[in-house]
Amino acid sequence: MAATAALSMSEIENKAALLGIDLSTIDYDSIVLPPGQDFGITSDDEDILHEEEAPEFETGYGNVIVVDNLPVVSPEKFAKLEGVIRKIYSQTGVIKEGGLWMPVNPDTKMTLGYCFIEFNTAQEAKEAKEKTDGYKLDKSHIFVVDMFDDIERYMNVPDEWTPAEIKPYEAGDHLQHWLTDEKARDQFVIHAGNVTEIFWNDARQLRPDPVYQRQYWTDSFVQWSPLGTYLATVHRQGAAVWGGKSTFNRIHRFPHNQVKHIDFSPGERFLVTYSSQEPSNPRDTHRVVLNIFDLRTGKLMRDFKGSVDDFTTGGTGGLSGISWPIFKWGGGKEDKYFARIGKNAIYVYETETFILVDKKSYKVDNVVDFSWSPTDSILALFVPELGGGNQPARVSLVQMPGKVELRQKNLFSVSDCKMYWQSNGEYLAVKVDRYTKTKKSTYTGFELFRIKERDIPIEVLELDNKNDKIIAFAWEPKGHRFAVIHGDGPRPDVSFYSMKTGGITARVSKLTTLKAKQANALYWSPAGRFIVLAGLKGFNGQLEFYNVDDLETMATGEHFMCTDIDWDPTGRYVATAVTSVHEMENGFHIWSFNGKLLYRIPKDHFYQFQWRPRPPSLLSPEKEEEISRNLRKYSKKYEAEDQDVSLALSEQDRKKRRALQEEWETWTARWKQYHEEERELRLQLRDGEPSDDEGSQEQYEAKEVEAEEVLDVHEEIVD
Amino acid sequence: MRPILMKGHERPLTFLKYNREGDLLFSCAKDHTPTVWFADDGERLGTYRGHNGAVWCCDVSRDSTRLVTGSADQSVKLWDVQTGTQLYSFNFNSPARSVDFSVGDKLVVITTDPFMGNPSTIQVKRIARDPADQTSDSVLTIKGPQGRINRAVWGPLNKTIISAGEDSIIRIWDPETGNLLKESDKESGHQKTISSLCMSADKSHFLTGSADKSAKLWDTRSLTLLKTYQMDRPVNAVAISPLLDHVVIGGGQEAVNVTMTDRRAGKFEAKFYHKILQDEIGGVKGHFGPINALAFNPDGRSFSSGGEDGYVRLHHFDPDYFSIRM
Repeated sequence: MAATAALSMSEIENKAALLGIDLSTIDYDSIVLPPGQDFGITSDDEDILHEEEAPEFETGYGNVIVVDNLPVVSPEKFAKLEGVIRKIYSQTGVIKEGGLWMPVNPDTKMTLGYCFIEFNTAQEAKEAKEKTDGYKLDKSHIFVVDMFDDIERYMNVPDEWTPAEIKPYEAGDHLQHWLTDEKARDQFVIHAGNVTEIFWNDARQLRPDPVYQRQYWTDSFVQWSPLGTYLATVHRQGAAVWGGKSTFNRIHRFPHNQVKHIDFSPGERFLVTYSSQEPSNPRDTHRVVLNIFDLRTGKLMRDFKGSVDDFTTGGTGGLSGISWPIFKWGGGKEDKYFARIGKNAIYVYETETFILVDKKSYKVDNVVDFSWSPTDSILALFVPELGGGNQPARVSLVQMPGKVELRQKNLFSVSDCKMYWQSNGEYLAVKVDRYTKTKKSTYTGFELFRIKERDIPIEVLELDNKNDKIIAFAWEPKGHRFAVIHGDGPRPDVSFYSMKTGGITARVSKLTTLKAKQANALYWSPAGRFIVLAGLKGFNGQLEFYNVDDLETMATGEHFMCTDIDWDPTGRYVATAVTSVHEMENGFHIWSFNGKLLYRIPKDHFYQFQWRPRPPSLLSPEKEEEISRNLRKYSKKYEAEDQDVSLALSEQDRKKRRALQEEWETWTARWKQYHEEERELRLQLRDGEPSDDEGSQEQYEAKEVEAEEVLDVHEEIVD
Repeated sequence: MRPILMKGHERPLTFLKYNREGDLLFSCAKDHTPTVWFADDGERLGTYRGHNGAVWCCDVSRDSTRLVTGSADQSVKLWDVQTGTQLYSFNFNSPARSVDFSVGDKLVVITTDPFMGNPSTIQVKRIARDPADQTSDSVLTIKGPQGRINRAVWGPLNKTIISAGEDSIIRIWDPETGNLLKESDKESGHQKTISSLCMSADKSHFLTGSADKSAKLWDTRSLTLLKTYQMDRPVNAVAISPLLDHVVIGGGQEAVNVTMTDRRAGKFEAKFYHKILQDEIGGVKGHFGPINALAFNPDGRSFSSGGEDGYVRLHHFDPDYFSIRM
């Protein structure tokens, strides 16, 4: 509790001493505050406490519903009506014995047009309400169903309308303040043990510079929003986002019980939260709840509820069946659309209205995978082979809205497909695994779509050795190149290809192949040009920093047991981390882009490392071009700064060392003095034998001693 | 720096001790025989046979005539260094963990482990000039700290006893009365078991190593924390250079946790740190198990390390070691 910190420990001790209380004898857990009394110390979690759902009591009426708008019937027809109601509601749940009660007017013996139904569980009651509210018994009797507990709440609504209280305007925090850092540093967050910390990466000083830290900030993980404005934390009660100038203040809370996953829309307009609940009946499927919130107002825009099966393609089902994120965002940075896949359809929603585009789903039989272009409202779909190969597999590109098919490609004997978009949406690579003629093995090829060119030409790329397994594939961000790790053995090859060679009619061509590399993962710099070839897991953390422009290795390194690699958003630094999947070596290293190890920080129970993302640059491409052309002019200024910092640093270091040395000398002087003073006493203890260091060199006397030792006596008779 | 590998023990090493002249090196191991070696060329001189359990600790008298060893066989034995004959055996009812001669070699402080309901103790025994007069009476017995006491040593002028162990607190005791004089601060002190403790040559300061992956330097008289050396592995052994402002710290992942095939995973290096600046100077690799024991030759020109792997590695420093500039 942060508020208790206002009363410091020393103050408490003073107070206790004043009152004559020995603090060490007190068992703090035994202290109970009188109810309603907080001694002026408010907990900052107080409001959460009240927001939490009221606990369910056995005696509550949570499992009772009220059904209104029933026909008013005479006693003769009473039994018949009761039978009908019982039949309707037995479908949704188990009605408790004697749980159906239809009151009658004591004078006329006519029913009153409503009844109470008590279910076994509150969940069943809720379901019954959802399913039968608005149920048409006949033309004039449309059910109105309410929870019994709600009736009371509605009764308390005041009859007079009172205008809502308008809160005075409070100036918001400067959420993008970190971008104005004078030294243009980047931030990162780490989550280790129960502490979450945010640092500046101060590469010049070769150390992280702390910004903010907090214990028990999150229950499971933290996540930056895509443009770095917010940091999200995840709790049992829901998610929260934090941001601000120097400290991190809570900006919004998004209540969602037992939230498991969260996802931001790319333009930071919306937040999706997800939870799944284990069914009370083990034969049922998990029930999932998805909420979509407006990030800036905190308002719930739409919720989706259902069983897990509704949110998967109907494959395996169960918990493993969902692949997060369920909703994929499309339409570029404006967050215009979001879509999810279902059985034989793709559901595309508009964020204007939060309903389906054209009010219906997009039917695609047997669709198993789809993805959005990162920049345009284009969907790429994959439909696998059907009817034992009679109907070929197909990849198609569909424009939204309008559902216009822009391009389609049929593929034969396909076992699997994976789609990779280039970050500018210029190219789409589809990795196609095909069966060989015998159908016993597969080989891999690529279909490359040029989205921005007329008619979207498709090229087929096959590796030099068709049977090579593809271990990793990655597009150069904003670029025209891609890298592939391929091969079967323990030392695969890495190849680089370019989409822009051969003059006007551009063709894909290979730039180079690096033979026998210890790598299984590719990490391009966000600025392109540089790439880290990493050997994670089995390769023990081998790193190779490669320059693709010059096709040369800049440096090799190793971060033993490394599990995660992350480029900073500017492409200047690389973080490599060993997270707590390993017991040992936990912590992270920061490297420069060209493979120089800058500093390393060990941290036990290390869970997460995340650079704070940056919004896209505001400079036009022309301006960027100009800067890179005149780089020398700009770099001069920074080189001078670097020099100053390194001078200051060495000066600082020297000072620190001198201080340490001086401090040490005062200690040794004191010790020497004691040692002198105690000389006599020591002599006594040693029975007059001169003490150790007092001229021990002179005392030392080398004496050569000759000793003869009879090893063996042997008698031999000589002739 | 080419080390001399001394293979004489069949089980993990536990303790190493040089005599005052630095010509003899005594080694203890979990096999039952402490061994003495020539500290110069690593030649084995002899063994002390008689213990029936792991030997945890030893100390040699100033004149190199007496050796005292503490063992898990619940005894502390006094030996004639030259002949290897057992002079006396103190018997306890729990394993003896550490032994240390006082200034003047007239007293020895012994710690015993908590065992079969007996709490851990610190005991002081008087060593008779003539082994024939030796008795097993304790001059003093201190009980109190919870858990094992891994090390107890004499302070300057035998006026204090300093103990450290599993409860991660360093305590200073009065050897006359057995009263507790000082305790280390829980906040700034070690957070986990203290595995080792090493006195400086003049007993003015000492170094402790702990499973909390750090080693700390303390003032003997005031128990002020002077320095902290942060490591990335649990510390099992520490030593202070008598010649330069260096300390050497060794350890490694506990043997039970070492499952990796790669020896780098265990971090079985002996690390050198600058005593004053707390900066890492370098490391000496070689052991293929955690380092359990470290000792500097009193002349500061060589050091030896003993590992879980059963080897003692004796290193004579290269000339450039003495010209390291920080």
